[in-house]
Order: sequence, then structure tokens, then C-alpha cells
Amino acid sequence: MADITRFQPASDQSLMVYFGDRITPDAHRRVRALLQLLQTQPVSGVRNLHPGYGSILVKFDALTLTHDDLERALRTRVARLDSVQLPEPRLIQIPVYYGGAFGPDLDELASSHQMSAERAIELHTSGDYLVYFIGFVPGFAYLGGLPDSLATPRLSIPRRAVPAGSVAIGGHQTGVYPIATPGGWRVIGRTPLAIFSPARAEMSRFAIGDRVRFVSIERDEFEEMARA
Amino acid sequence: MSTIRVEEPGLLTTVQDLGREGFGPLGVSASGAADPIALRLGNRLVGNAENAAALEMTLVGGAFAFPEGGVVALTGSDFGAMLDGNNVGTWESLEVPRGATLRVGPSRSGARGYLCVQGGIVVTPFLGSSSTHVMTGLGGYQGRPLRAGDVLQVGAATAPFRRRTVDPSVFAELWPHTIADRASGEPMRIRVTDGEQSAWFAEAARGAFAANVYRVSEQTNRMGIRLEGTPVAEQSGGRMVTEGVSLGAVQIPPGGLPIILFVEQQTTGGYPKIANVITADLASLGQLRPRDVVRFERVQVAAARSVLFRREQLLRSRKIIVE
Repeated sequence: MADITRFQPASDQSLMVYFGDRITPDAHRRVRALLQLLQTQPVSGVRNLHPGYGSILVKFDALTLTHDDLERALRTRVARLDSVQLPEPRLIQIPVYYGGAFGPDLDELASSHQMSAERAIELHTSGDYLVYFIGFVPGFAYLGGLPDSLATPRLSIPRRAVPAGSVAIGGHQTGVYPIATPGGWRVIGRTPLAIFSPARAEMSRFAIGDRVRFVSIERDEFEEMARA
Repeated sequence: MSTIRVEEPGLLTTVQDLGREGFGPLGVSASGAADPIALRLGNRLVGNAENAAALEMTLVGGAFAFPEGGVVALTGSDFGAMLDGNNVGTWESLEVPRGATLRVGPSRSGARGYLCVQGGIVVTPFLGSSSTHVMTGLGGYQGRPLRAGDVLQVGAATAPFRRRTVDPSVFAELWPHTIADRASGEPMRIRVTDGEQSAWFAEAARGAFAANVYRVSEQTNRMGIRLEGTPVAEQSGGRMVTEGVSLGAVQIPPGGLPIILFVEQQTTGGYPKIANVITADLASLGQLRPRDVVRFERVQVAAARSVLFRREQLLRSRKIIVE
């Protein structure tokens, strides 16, 4: 297979590694594999890694490393990507209370697709989603796999604060807000689980490559889990 | 252990060190001092390691009581400070007597000032750093800006007080624009290298970006520096897929007004980047305040590197601190 890996300086202290310019399973596998290689066998002088859908941004100490040296070190690792053993994806179940005060946009979202709220919930919980990467804010999982029939444009005016745990749809994406932030996605429910918790050994509930399934729960189950 | 009691917190005062690199895969950005040079020099003035945690003040200082006394230094922009009714200077180590209160005023120059204290501010580290990440409520002192009544722990002093100052002749090189040239009233020059998507913008758009002057918006914070002025024509050369973003990345969102990603940056983003501020000018970004006027100057990566090397050499030289 032709090597389509492309290296490009992003700043005077960072280098972008692109595996193509589309969101594909192969590009995602390569991102995961290179990330794992760089975490288990770090390149001296590399300070941070920011994975994306089909790329990894490598930040480095420009006083000890140059773009050329880093690119050379990365190329030797990229050449070995096909032999990297990736851990089996985990299946992470996320309980969600849909609608009501926790999902203020559910009814409008459903009716914009000429379906009932129940049907929208059924669709949202029907398949597995892939965690392409964690980014933007701590613990936020970029998920792939939203059914096309649920894709909905973002709100024209973003909310000033979306509560932590909110489950939302924005365009062709769906996700869970790990912390309260401003946001323009349509909020359809909320999970009682802490998505990002500094007190836990594994701070982020999601990891790159995980499979995610949303499970609809009742209000009393939500309250019980939230207390746990 | 000695303490600092916050009597007045100022506008936005947080505990900062040089930040936490390495947690991008978790979506956690580095945070850290907005003007890392001012923090490093301040720590050296009081005999700390350069990375020790200190207080970062924004536009308006505050009042800080030292029940057990201490050794401090104010660095960064000149906020004008008084100790027991006497004026005290910026860029020098000071002995604060037991029970005295240091009153720090509003900035008379750039956006940020640092109060460094011998022994450093001691908080529970989060992912190896004492930096506050204000937007996410993580790290620092309870994950938030300081409030009146907060009591901060200070690490043990390891050496007796020594009077030290910073050689003022270095300022023009360390903050070539936002501190040194502020009085000139000229647009402050921020040097940039190309961004990942520079080539996606039309030649005219890139030319306009380099020729325009921009005003720093009131909406500016530690996450991003928003600019106002003539919009840059949106790119039409490619289709953006969300990717990692660098510190100092200059994004062009719909509408065309640039946003510079700053220390509390998001780790990934979906807007195209026309440029990236060079590392040597990041400290200058930390001194930009709303309504400041800036312009961008494009340089090559090799040039950015040599500026960084020269600056670092200067910073590490012994003669910069005068005893």
C-alpha cells in the first residue's frame, strides 16, 4: 500500500502528521497505532500529542529537536504501524435519561425529522459508536456512527452553559459534554455518569478506539446512579 | 508553613506555573502562565526553580496579606504596588515583613503581572502541575480564580533574602512589542509562521491578513485572543476535518475575524489556521490587553527558531539577574 502519510510544520514547535484528508477507518487505525507507539516508545523532546480524526499533532521542544529530526524519527515509527497490536476495543455503555428537563431539545429534534421522541431515542440507542479520539476539552469523545436520520443542524445561538453529562447532537456528530461549557449542540438527554473525573485512576471514561452504546434509563434509575 | 491571605482578589488572579504538557490524548491542554518569561524571571528573583507556582494577576492586582512575612517579587507588567504605604518596584526581590499587606494596583502597561514568592505557592498538583485551568475548573487553587478570604500555602524558604533585580536592558528583546514598545502607540508586531491551512487561503486573503491591523477584543481570555478589524476572506481550498491545534494557532472562523488559541486552548479544532504565532512571541501575547492594536509579520520557521534560541540564551544567562 502506498504510504500516504504527510508531514507538515504546524508551528515552530509542532509538526502535523496526516494520514489522508478524510475520516476513514484506516486513517483512524493509524492514528491509534502511532499514538500508542509514541506513548510506549516516546521520542525524546516530544512534549505533547493531540490526536484528531486522521492526524496527530506532535508538539515538541524546539530547543532540542528540529522538524526534520522529528519527521525522521516519526517515519521509522510510521513504517511499523501495520505491526502494532492494538488492544481490543472496549464496549462502554452510557446510561442516558432522554428528554424532559435533561433533554430540552429532544422533542423539537424529533419533530424536525417527522418522528416521535421515542423513535429518536430508539435510533440514538440502536447502534455502536466509535471513539475516534478524545479532544477539545478534557474527556470529550469525538464519536462516529450517528444515524443520518438524526443529523440535525446546531442551534443558531449557542447556550451559554450546557450542564456536564449532557448528551447532544450537532450536525452529523453526537457526544457527551464532560464538563459544563458553552455549546451549540442540541441536548437530548443526560447521563448520570461522571465522564471526566480527576479523582479516578482512569480520568476519562472514554478512550480512543472504544465502542460506545447509549442505553435509555428511567428517571429513578438516573437518580440512583447519580447518587452512587 | 507560611501563608498568604487574599484580602482583595483583583479581577482574575490564579495560581500558575509553566503548565502541564503531555495530556493532549486526554483532551487536557497545558494551561500555565500567560507570560511564562515573567514567571521564570520572577521565580529566579526570589531564588525558586523557574517552574514554581505563583499568582498571575490580570489587569488589576489585589491585596495580599503575609501573616508570617515572606520574600516576593512582582514581574510582568507594572501594576504599581505598595507595601506598608511605600511604593515598591517591579522586577526586584522584596522582603515582606511579618503581618504586612502587599497592595497591587491596576496595570499601567500590559495585561499580566506575577507575584512570585520564595518557596512557591503550594497546591495539590493536577497531572503534575499547579496551574489553574479556569475554563474547565481543574488544577490550581480549587480549580478557580482566587476570592477574598482564600488562604494560600507557601513552600518553605530555603535561602536567606537576597536583593536581586532584572537587568532592564533585556526587556526589549524578551517582549519585543507588548511591554517595551507599548508607549510608542504603534501597532504591536506579532511574528507568525504559516499555519496548516495557509495555502487554502487565496493570495489576496493572505496579503490582507499580513497588511491589516487588528484590535484585541474585550472577549479575550486565557483560552483565546479574539481580534476585531477587517475580516479575512474565508478559505476555499480544502475541507476541514477536526485536528489537533497548536498554542498560538491563528484560526479564521466563519466571519473572518482571527482567533489566536492561547494557554487554555482547546486541544483540537475544526477551523482553518492561516498562521501560528512564533514561540518567542507567546509571552508578548500574554501581555496583550483589550483594545491593543496588533499586526502580523510572517517569518520562516528557521527564523523563528533562531529568535527562540537567542532569547533562551539570554534568559539562561547569569547576568540577566543582578545581585
